[in-house]
Amino acid sequence: MEDIYAKFVSQKISKTRWRPVPPGSLQTADIFAAGSWDNEENYVSLWAIGDFGNLDSDGGFEGDHQLLCDIRHHGDVMDLQFFDQERIVAASSTGCVTVFLHHPNNQTLSVSQQWTSAHYHTGPGSPSCSSAPCTGIVCSNPEIVTVGEDGRINLFRADHKEAVRTIDNADSSTLHAVTFLRTPEILTVNSIGQLKIWDFRKQGNEPSQILSLTGDRVPLHCVDRHPNQQHVVATGGQDGMLSIWDVRQGTMPVSLLKAHEAEMWEVHFHPSNPDHLFTCSEDGSLWHWDASTDVPEKSSLFNQGGRNSTFLSHSISNQANVHQSLISSWLSTDPAKDRIEITSLLPSRTLSVNSLDVLGPCLVCGTDSEAIYVTRQLFS
Amino acid sequence: MEELDGEPTVTLIPGVNSKKKQMCFDWGPGEMLVCETSFNKKEKSETEPGCPFIYIIRKDIDVYSQILRKLFNESHGIFVGLQRIEEELTGKSRKAQLVRVSKNYRSVIRACMEEMHQVAIGAKDPACGRQFSSQVSILSAMELIWNLCEILFIEVAPAGPLLLHLLDWVRLHVCEVDSLLADVLGSENPSKHESFWKLVTILVLQGRLDEARQMLSKEADASPSSAGMCRILGDLMRTMPVLSPGNTQTLTELELKWQHWHEECERHLQDSTFAASPHLESLCKIMLGDEAALLEQKELLNNWYHFLVTRLLYSHPTVKPIDLHLYAQSSLDLFLGGESSPEPLDNILLAAFEFDIHQVIKECSIALSNWWFVAHLTDLLDHCKLLQSHNLYFGSNMREFLLLEYASGLFAHHSLWQLGVDYFDYCPELGRVSLELHIERIPLSTEQKALKVLRICEQRQMTEQVRSICKILAMKAVRNNRLGSALSWSIRAKDAAFATLVSDRFLRDYCERGSFSDLDLIDNLGPAMMLSDRLTFLGKYREFHRFYGEKRLTDAASLLLSLMTSQIAPRSFWVILLIDALPLLEEKEVVFSAEQTYELMRCLEDFASRRPVWREPGVQQLQEDVENTKLEMLRLALARNLGRAIIKEGSLEGS
Repeated sequence: MEDIYAKFVSQKISKTRWRPVPPGSLQTADIFAAGSWDNEENYVSLWAIGDFGNLDSDGGFEGDHQLLCDIRHHGDVMDLQFFDQERIVAASSTGCVTVFLHHPNNQTLSVSQQWTSAHYHTGPGSPSCSSAPCTGIVCSNPEIVTVGEDGRINLFRADHKEAVRTIDNADSSTLHAVTFLRTPEILTVNSIGQLKIWDFRKQGNEPSQILSLTGDRVPLHCVDRHPNQQHVVATGGQDGMLSIWDVRQGTMPVSLLKAHEAEMWEVHFHPSNPDHLFTCSEDGSLWHWDASTDVPEKSSLFNQGGRNSTFLSHSISNQANVHQSLISSWLSTDPAKDRIEITSLLPSRTLSVNSLDVLGPCLVCGTDSEAIYVTRQLFS
Repeated sequence: MEELDGEPTVTLIPGVNSKKKQMCFDWGPGEMLVCETSFNKKEKSETEPGCPFIYIIRKDIDVYSQILRKLFNESHGIFVGLQRIEEELTGKSRKAQLVRVSKNYRSVIRACMEEMHQVAIGAKDPACGRQFSSQVSILSAMELIWNLCEILFIEVAPAGPLLLHLLDWVRLHVCEVDSLLADVLGSENPSKHESFWKLVTILVLQGRLDEARQMLSKEADASPSSAGMCRILGDLMRTMPVLSPGNTQTLTELELKWQHWHEECERHLQDSTFAASPHLESLCKIMLGDEAALLEQKELLNNWYHFLVTRLLYSHPTVKPIDLHLYAQSSLDLFLGGESSPEPLDNILLAAFEFDIHQVIKECSIALSNWWFVAHLTDLLDHCKLLQSHNLYFGSNMREFLLLEYASGLFAHHSLWQLGVDYFDYCPELGRVSLELHIERIPLSTEQKALKVLRICEQRQMTEQVRSICKILAMKAVRNNRLGSALSWSIRAKDAAFATLVSDRFLRDYCERGSFSDLDLIDNLGPAMMLSDRLTFLGKYREFHRFYGEKRLTDAASLLLSLMTSQIAPRSFWVILLIDALPLLEEKEVVFSAEQTYELMRCLEDFASRRPVWREPGVQQLQEDVENTKLEMLRLALARNLGRAIIKEGSLEGS
C-alpha cells in the first residue's frame, strides 16, 4: 500500500475510531477520534483527513491528517466508540466512562456525561472500593455497554444518570471486549479464552451460553461480529490466533487461523464488504484478510508484500445440509475455497499496533511508536 | 580516572539554599532524589524547620520535549532497520545503504527542526519562543555535524568529489541566499536592487556560478558601459573546469585544465580588465582564491567553514581528504583573526576535519544536552566499522556505552520506555542486565500494560521477570478479591505456592458459603490443574460436585474416595469429605462397593485417631460433641452400607 500516511503525534495511541457517516449519505469518512495511553496526561482527540489539508501544491501534504481538537482524559483511554455523530464514549483505566460532545462550530470537545465509578473492586485490601480499569465499550443508541477488569458488565442509557443494569461478577477473570450480537444480547471475551453470550432480558448473572477454546485457556483480546450474518463472530487471542465462531452451533471455534506472533489487539470485519477482515497486533503488524471468492484474478496484485495464509482449518460443524450460498465465506469448510489472501498494510514493522478502524475505503490505525497511519485507498 | 574535560555544570534547585542547608541524594536509574538533611549537625537542629520536600532531579530533560519525542520515535524505526541490514550486504551496496540510513536520520532531524521553528515563531510567550529558538539552533548544529560526518566518514568521498560534497554541505546550511535571490529577481530592475552585488557575491562564494552568470547578464543588459567586463567575467565563470559526476576525466586532467583557467583569471586581473568596476574586480579576486579578498566578505561568509570551502573551491579544488585538516585549521585561525576563541561547534567540526572520530563524539557529548545524537551517530559509525579499536576503561565499548545511556534516559520517561527496549537488545554485553533492571521498575497500572511488559520479557526468555510480574498481578487480584484472576495469573507464572494459596481461599469460601464461586474458571482448568496439589484437589473436588449434580453417583463416589486415599486432600478437609459421603451412603441403590466401604472406614478411623485431643472444657467440648455425633452417624451409615453391599455383591455373584 503506497498511499499510507504516517504522522507522529507525541503520544502513544491506544484507540482510533472513524466517525460514522450519516446513513444514506455518499460522503466518505473524514474525521476520526484517537485516544492516548500511558502518558502523564492523556487525551481524546479528533482528527480530520480531507481536502482542506492540501493547501500546499506539492502532493506531500495531501492525505495528511490534521488535529481538530482535543481534551484531557483522566487515565489511559482503554476504549473509544462513537455514540452518534457528535458524541464519543471513552473508557478509562480509572474505571470511569465519559461521554464527550463535539461542537463542530468552534471545534471543541466537552464532557457531556460521566459515570465516574462504573468499574471498581471490592476487596479486603480496599475498605470502600478501588477503581478497576474499564476495558471495553459498545454502543447502540441509546444504550452503552461497558466491561472491565472487575468482571462486571454495565448497561447505561445515554439519558440516565445511573446504570440501567449491572451484572456483578459476570466473569471470574478480566473481560477484555464486548460487542452486540442481536439487540438485547451481547457477547464478551475474557482472559481465560471464553466467549460468553448474555441476554439482558434474563435476570441473574449467568450467561446464556459459553463458548471456549480448547483446554489451554489462551486469553481473548478482541471480538467483532459479522455485519450481515449475526451468528458469525471473529476473535483474536493472546497467541495472535484468529478464531472464527458460529455461535449457533458448537462451543468451539469453526476455524483457527494462525496469524500474528503476539497479542491480537483488534479485529474488524469491513462494515460494508465483510469478506474483508482487518487485524492488528502487539508484534507491530496490521493485516488485511481477503476471503472474497474471486481471489484468483486478484492474487497477483495482493501477493506482493503479503504472505499466504497458513491455514489450520478446524472444522467441526456439520453444514452439508445448509445451502451453499448462505454460508459465509468465513465459515466455508470446502478446502478448495479456503483461500484467504493476507496482505500486510504497514510498510515496516513498528512497535505495537494497538487499534484500527475501517470505514468505506478508509483505514486508520494507532501505534505505540506514537504514529497514526491513515490510508484512503484500501481497495485500490 | 582521566582528568575532567570541562567544569561540571551547577544546577540550582529552587527553594533549597545549599549554602545554609545540608543536602543528601540518592541515585535512581534515570534520575536522582535530593532532599535536605540535618545529618551530623549537632547545634540547634530542631529550631529551624527544614524544607519538607524531596526533589526529583532528571538529567535528560530533552526526553520531555513534545517535539523531540517525534525525533525519538521516528529515529527508533531507522535504528532498528539499521541493525537488521547489517549482515547481508557488503562493499558498495552496503555503503549505499549506510549513506541512505544516514540521510534518513538527517531528514528526521530536519523535520523536527522545521516543526520546532514553526512553534518558536508561533509562541506567544517570548521566553518560551526563545527556548524553542535555541532548540532550533541546537538541532541545526546537530544536522550540520551529522552531515559533515556523513561526507567524511560514511561516504568517504575521495579527492575531487569531496569538494562537491562539501559545497553541497555549505549550500544546505547557508540558506538565506534563496530568499534573497527571489527578492532580487522579483524586483522591477534586479541589477539596481540594493542587494544585487551582495547576492552575486554570495552566489560566487557558494560556487553557484551559473546563477551568478545569469545575474551578470542582467547587469550587462542594464548598463552597456560594463557589458564587456561582465561578458568576460561571465566567460571565466562558464569555463571554470569542474568535476561532473558522469564525467570520465581523470583528476590530473582536471588539475591541468584548472591550472590554465586559473592563469587566465590571473592574467585578467594583472591586465586590470576589471579596474573600472570594483565589484567585478573583487569577484575576480574571489575566483582566484585570494585570501584577503575572501576575508573582506566575512559577513557574507557567516562562518569559517564556509570560508574554508570557498577557499578550497578556488585554490585547491582537488583537495585530498588527508590535507583537509591543514586548511581547516588555518581557515579557522584566519577567519577568527585572534579576535574571538573557537566555540564548541568549531572544535567539533575541526575534529571531524582531522578525522578524529572519538574527539567528535566526546565534544558532542559534552556540548549537547541529550544522548540521542551521540548514541545514534556512534552506532552508525560503528556499523561503518570505524570504531572497533576503541575500548573504554569502563563498561564495554563506546557504542554500547552511549546506547545504554540513551536507553536508560528513555526508560526514565513514563511513556517512552517501550522504545528503550530495542536499544538494550542491540547492546550485546550489558543490554540484557540493564533491561532486566529497568523493566522491573515499570509501574503496572492496567492489565493491558502488564501484558505488554510481559510480552517483552517472554520474548527474551526473562523468566525471573515474567514470574515476578505475574506474581504482582496475582497479588493485586487477591487484594481486590478477584480470586479467578489471581488463579489465572499464578497459573501463567507457574507459581505453585501461590496457586496453593489461592486454592485455599477458594476452599475457605466454599466452607463459609457452601457453594463455589468462579465456576467458569475452575471447571475449565484442564492440565493446568496439575500445577499444585491443592489446585488439583480444588479442581477434582469441584468435579465431584458436578458428578453428584449430574447424578453420576458411582463416578462421584470413587472420585471422593480417591481424593482421600491419594492423600491429596488437606487433612482439615477430610471431615467435609467424609460428610459428603453420607448422602451417597444413604442412597437407595448401593453406591460404594464393599471394598470401597472398607477403605472409607479405614479413612474414618485414621482421621478419628489423629484428631487433636481437646483438653480444655467449654466451647471446645461442645464442638467435640458435635464432631463425635457426626462420626457416629458415619460409622452407622458405613456399617449399613457394608451390609447392603455384601448382600448385593453376594447375590450378584450367585446369579
